[in-house]
Formats: sequence, C-alpha cells, structure tokens
Amino acid sequence: MIHAAVHDEPEVHSRMAVLGRLRASDTVFRILTRAAAIAVLVILGAVILALVEGSLPALRAFGFGFLYHEQWNPVTERFGALAPIYGTIVTSLIAILIAVPVGVMIALFLTELCPMWLRRPIGIAIELLAGIPSIIYGIWGLFVFAPFLQQTVQPLLIDSLEPVPVLSTLFAGPPYGIGVLTAGLILAIMVLPFITSISRDVFDTVPPVLKEAAYGVGCTTWEVFRHVVLPYTRVGVIGGIMLGLGRALGETMAVTFVIGNAHRISGSILAPGTTISATIANEFTEAVGDLYTSSLIALGLILFVITFLVLAAARYLLARIERKVA
Amino acid sequence: MKHIQALAAVGLMLAGLGSANAAEISGAGATFPYPIYAKWADAYKKETGIGMNYQSIGSGGGIKQIKAKTVTFGASDAPLSGDDLAQTGLVQFPMVMGGIVPVVNLEGVKPGELVLDGPTLAQIFVGDVKKWDDAAIKKLNPNVKLPSQAIAIVHRSDGSGTTYNFAYYLAEVSPQWKTNVGVNTSLQWPAGIGAKGNEGVANNVGNTKGAIGYVEYAYALQNKLTYTKMVNKAGKVVAPTSETFQAAAANADWKSKPGYGVILADQPGDKSWPMTAATWILVYKTPQDAAATAEALKFFGWAYANGDKMAEELHYVPMPTNVVKDVQATWASEIKGPEGKPLYTASK
Repeated sequence: MIHAAVHDEPEVHSRMAVLGRLRASDTVFRILTRAAAIAVLVILGAVILALVEGSLPALRAFGFGFLYHEQWNPVTERFGALAPIYGTIVTSLIAILIAVPVGVMIALFLTELCPMWLRRPIGIAIELLAGIPSIIYGIWGLFVFAPFLQQTVQPLLIDSLEPVPVLSTLFAGPPYGIGVLTAGLILAIMVLPFITSISRDVFDTVPPVLKEAAYGVGCTTWEVFRHVVLPYTRVGVIGGIMLGLGRALGETMAVTFVIGNAHRISGSILAPGTTISATIANEFTEAVGDLYTSSLIALGLILFVITFLVLAAARYLLARIERKVA
Repeated sequence: MKHIQALAAVGLMLAGLGSANAAEISGAGATFPYPIYAKWADAYKKETGIGMNYQSIGSGGGIKQIKAKTVTFGASDAPLSGDDLAQTGLVQFPMVMGGIVPVVNLEGVKPGELVLDGPTLAQIFVGDVKKWDDAAIKKLNPNVKLPSQAIAIVHRSDGSGTTYNFAYYLAEVSPQWKTNVGVNTSLQWPAGIGAKGNEGVANNVGNTKGAIGYVEYAYALQNKLTYTKMVNKAGKVVAPTSETFQAAAANADWKSKPGYGVILADQPGDKSWPMTAATWILVYKTPQDAAATAEALKFFGWAYANGDKMAEELHYVPMPTNVVKDVQATWASEIKGPEGKPLYTASK
C-alpha cells in the first residue's frame, strides 16, 4: 500500500499516457476510415467528371439527338447511341427473365428440397460458374453454343413460330447463331450464380420455426415458399437480382463475341445487334478523330447513367416494400 | 578447345545482355503486321542483342502513341495524309505488305474455285446481291454449281486497317459504295454481322453456311477457308498468291503520294491482286530520343535486308528493292539528330 502510494504520481502519469495513446490511435483510425470512404466519393466524382468532359464534344455536336438516332457512321462522323442502348437493355432483359426464375428455383431446391449429399456438389458448381472469366464464356459461346443454336434451336424457333403473329417477327430468320438472343442467353448463364447464391444465403436465414409452423397447418412446399420464405427474404432476393442486372448491363467480352456487333435495331431477337460496352471495346482502339472518340466516351456516360437509374429504381422498390410491410 | 568455345559463348551472351539493357526499341500500332514484326525482332535480338518491344494495339492507337511521343515508332495500316505528316513532323514509310482475300463457305466449292469481281463484291457487301445463285455471280462462274442460299455477310466489328483497305478497293470499283458507305477503319455496314479480329471473321465464316467475309491471306490459309479468285483492273482472273501481291506492289507508283501513302487496291497490271495492302511505320524527323530512333532505323534496315524469307514464311510480302532504296534515301536525307546529323547512313 505504502509502496503504491510512493509511486502514485508516475502511475497516474503512465495511465494518462496510455489513455492518450489510445485516443490518438482512435483518432488515426477514424481519419483513415473516413479517408477511405471519401476516396470512393472522389474516385466516383473523378470518373463522372472525366466521362462528362470527354463526351462534351459529341453531346455538343449531336445534342439530345445522340440518344435517339440509330445511325453510327464513322465515315461521315454521324453518331447516335440508340442501337447500343437498345441492345444493352434487351440483352440484359432476356438474361434477367431467364436467370431470375431459374436462379430462385435452384436456390429453393438447395435450401428446401435437396437431399444433403447433393447440396455440396450443386452449390460448388454454382460458385464455380461465377468464377469463370467472361472471355471463356465468350469463346465457348462462339465456338460451341452459337453453332448449336444455329443448327438446332434457331431453325426450330423460326419454323414453328412463323404462323404466330407477334412471335414471328420476334423470331424472324435467318439463323446466324450469334445475335441478341445468344448474347442474352450467355448473360443469363453468367448472372445465374449471383442470383442463386444470394437467394440461397437469404433463404437460409428464414427461421425454421416459421416454415415448420406453415407445414404444420398443412401448407404445400410451394405455399411455404410463396407465403413464408419469399416475403421474409424479398429484400435480399431483389438485391441479388440487381447485382446480376448490373453485371449483365456492363458485361463486355462475352457479349462482344456472340452478339454480332451490328449497329442496327431489328424487330427480331435472332438478328445481330450491339451493346454499349461491346461497341466501346470494339471500336476504341481504332477510333481516329475527336468526335468519334468523344461519342464512344458519351456511350460510357450513358451506360453509367443507366446503371445509376437501375440502382436507384431498386432502392425505390425496396423502400416501398419496406413501407408496405411496416 | 571446348572450354574456350563455351567461355566465348558465355561472353557473347553477357555482351548481349549488356546491350539489351542499353537499348530497347519501342513501338506500337497495327495488329496486322504484328506476327512478322515479332519474328523479326526475335531474330534481330539473337543477332545483335537489341530487343524491340512492339504493342499491337491497333493503327489508331499507334498513331495516338507516336503523336504523344511515348514510343519510338508508330505503325499504321492506313497512311497519314501529307498535311498530317507535315504538321506533326513525322516521316512515313511502308514496311511490309499483305493480301486481303474474300473467303466463302459454300458446300462443294473448293478454294480458288469461285471467281468474283469488284462490282459484284461491293453489291454483295451492300446487301443488293442476296443469294448465291444471283445472276451477277452466275455470270462469273458458269461452271460452278451455286446453291439458292442466302448470303450471310461477315465483317470486322473492330476498327481495322484490313477494313480500310477492303473498303478502299470497293469504293474504287463501285460508285454506290463510295457514296453510301465510304472508306474508314470502321464503317456503317449496310448488312451482315460483325466479328472481332481476323480470327473472328475466319471463325464465323467457317461456321456459317453460305457466309462470305474478308481476311488477311495468312488467316485464310491457316483456317483452311475457301478463298475466291478475283477479276483485276486489267480484266484478268487472278488467284491470291505472293506473286500476285508483289505484282500489285511493283505496278504501284509509290512516289505519287507523300510518305509513300499509296493504297495498293485495284492496281494496274495483268497479274496484280486487286486487294493488296501495305502497312506503314511512323517516326519523327527530329526525334527527342535520337539514339532510340537511330536504333529503330537500324532494325528496319536490317529487316529490309534480311527479313524477306521470314516474311514469306508468314505469307507477308516483302517490299520491292527499288522502294526500299527510296525509303532508305528518305531516311538519310530527312531524319536528323539534334545537331542536324543524319541518324541513318546507308552503308550500315
């Protein structure tokens, strides 16, 4: 005791020092994390600024017409973005229309119905699908998938749908094998793992008590899924879909290989088309002249805006669902 | 004795390493000549120890890089105009040539069996001639059995010197092409599908029944595609071979354009292949790094003198001797170091 009293003063001192050190490290930590967060904003701002600045010559030359003109002529330097915008949206739409039901069904099977021994192989296969580089999808699409579509699926579609009024235009020939539909199908395969693995993870969070209670009152598996699992997890599922949509909108290499790269809008989804990112990837290296380069950068800006709008729409949708639930 | 030889070999290798560090020539541009530039660079490095780093990023990229002075030389499949050369202070010269050939996928038709002429080719790519048994094609091929099959057009989707030269030829022979489509490294194609790179076009033509496309000669051979013969300016039917490509080059008037910027499409002469194309090198008249440019010129001089066989192995066409002489005279008179000393002397 006495001993302690003698040394009282230095001990207070050292405690102060320790506290000071802790406070200092806390401050440093706060500054570091804040800097990291602000860096994101700065980078995003710089990207927007660079895109806007780069696309100014094109926007000045073509005005709003850039958005709704189909012509893309490097010879006369008349550029309009309608064909790539159309291709981007249609291919992503096809991808989502196919990947969402299939992905959610896979996730449901894995969490609710799958025998234990099959769970791991399927789960790992889905994760591997997400790890395949997009160039591999492109090469596979061009060498294997497109010839298969051209020789079997597309002639069948064209012939069997010919008498049906709207579908006959939507699936009009000739069967090239590559085109908007092929790109959409490849994209569907590419976004499938995102939707599946996120859906599976959120389906796993549903408390077993809820499901067991539903089964207890005599619900079928479909009813349990429709009225218990899905309402409980829809925020997560929509998040997964948006992540997939984001990838589909921006995917470049795989699409470039199989879409046919034609600056035309066609009523048929078997016809070749182009997307924004495929156009940029194809033409940027050889774009000579300021207006051409600037038009390609303006395409990038449009893709940025489309992605932003999709994210904003997703947020809005989620906010509305949450309000309704509350 | 053996020991001495081994020592000498090691010594040579070390010397090689030393000079490789001292000088590395850098260039960027066209993808079409990349295989031969890489092969030359490899052989040159073995001989002299001086390496060359060539990035095949495309002609447009090569022009941008040399204008930004990030490389010693730029390479382009489309020549710069005289005004552009004067403004930027660049010297342009042709390095090597190649041939562009139409390729088709028709059942029962062998390579070199089908004959096309310029106007018909233009009509096919405009989309006016839609079927293989069209009268225009039938007239040129009375002995070939042509199916009543839709023509599927395959063109390049990326900007390319091949497209530039192909379009230039079609514009020469078809006024309709000239006004409606025009000439550039990328075009607004009236019809067909786009594929990336020579290999992309080759693959799509190979896969699609009834397809027609255009590729560099080497790709047609590698992929065993059915190339066609062409009717040339003199009205003669010619097959794509080194001989007919060289004939086109020999018949061209190289001095008629600044920077030897002659497009070899539709040249006169009985044996000239109508779609022959040269590829050019760009260097500065008074470069910032005179030593690097001098090394680059030495390399190009070496390639002119020793590279013909390698070029022919890869199905490129070497420049004619008289053109090489003119080019080397241009180097000696126009490309100068900081004190006005020529960077190239013909004796080397």
